[in-house]
Amino acid sequence: MEQVRTILLHRSVYADNDKEADLLRAYLKDRGVFVVNLMSSPGAGKTTTLTALISKIKDKVRVGVMEADIDSDVDAIRIAERTGVKSIQLHTGGMCHLDAGMTKTGLDEIDISNLDIVFLENVGNLVCPAEFDTGASLDVMILSVPEGDDKPLKYPLVFEKSDLVIINKIDALKYFNFDLEKCISYIKARNKNATIIPVSAKTGEGIDEVAKYFLKKIVDFKEC
Amino acid sequence: MHELGIVVHVIKQIEELAKENKVNKVVELTLEVGEVSGVVKEYFIDAFEWSKKKTEYMKECKLNFVMTKAFSYCEDCKETYPTVEFGKTCPKCGGAHTYLVTGRDFMIKDVKVV
Repeated sequence: MEQVRTILLHRSVYADNDKEADLLRAYLKDRGVFVVNLMSSPGAGKTTTLTALISKIKDKVRVGVMEADIDSDVDAIRIAERTGVKSIQLHTGGMCHLDAGMTKTGLDEIDISNLDIVFLENVGNLVCPAEFDTGASLDVMILSVPEGDDKPLKYPLVFEKSDLVIINKIDALKYFNFDLEKCISYIKARNKNATIIPVSAKTGEGIDEVAKYFLKKIVDFKEC
Repeated sequence: MHELGIVVHVIKQIEELAKENKVNKVVELTLEVGEVSGVVKEYFIDAFEWSKKKTEYMKECKLNFVMTKAFSYCEDCKETYPTVEFGKTCPKCGGAHTYLVTGRDFMIKDVKVV
């Protein structure tokens, strides 16, 4: 009979990924590339908002986009066609989120040597992307009006970890039972440091403010 | 789908550990999972049983999935209470100045190897 022995570990399942993510953040810091992890549910308007935002900043900074999806490359093509910036598609192969390893693979493929900012469009989902650190320097989430003002209560983690929350589709406020004030107070209760910017990617309302926010973040990132 | 992703992370870490420690095989794995970690036990076990067949050291590994209780703390009452039962509302004062103390963790506790 073989001798059974016990190895005590007591470590977090996420420890591996967290370590990889920290290494990736340091690597990006050295190269002065600001990576933004963009999260939302499907249909909140990630790609449309990103397109509107990129059009405002692409003359000032060099932008790259990595689109993560379980399959297809419709988003990468859409971004490239509408903005002309470098855009690649990452397939997660059935996985519901990106992790630091996948992010690194994508960054190697897009070639960050002549980029200032890379937007990483995570898989459309409010649960799993929030749990895995991608190695990005900034976490952003987009909530849209039709989803309802109670989402910060239902999916607290993604709101807790986001530095910026964009509330999209405010042009549709009059058609929905969405209380903007209430929604902002729910977000603040979960994360008092979050910046919240209501926008309409369709009409362009609020996009200037988002553009200003990112340009400032890039300057801060490169300076410190 | 979500559970499978976590299974992949767990297995990767244990396989590396087995290799480093030059063991023959891993016979038992114990996980401690907070009850508000967002992981469904049944799905996790299914994904684990499917994935372990593709491993080098864990083909016969038994899984102990231990749920640990979640607790929140009320800043006004300075007391903890069980999270699942009362959520974000303190059962004593009815207030909402509360935060989660424990229950979201997902820990690999230990492994038994031969």
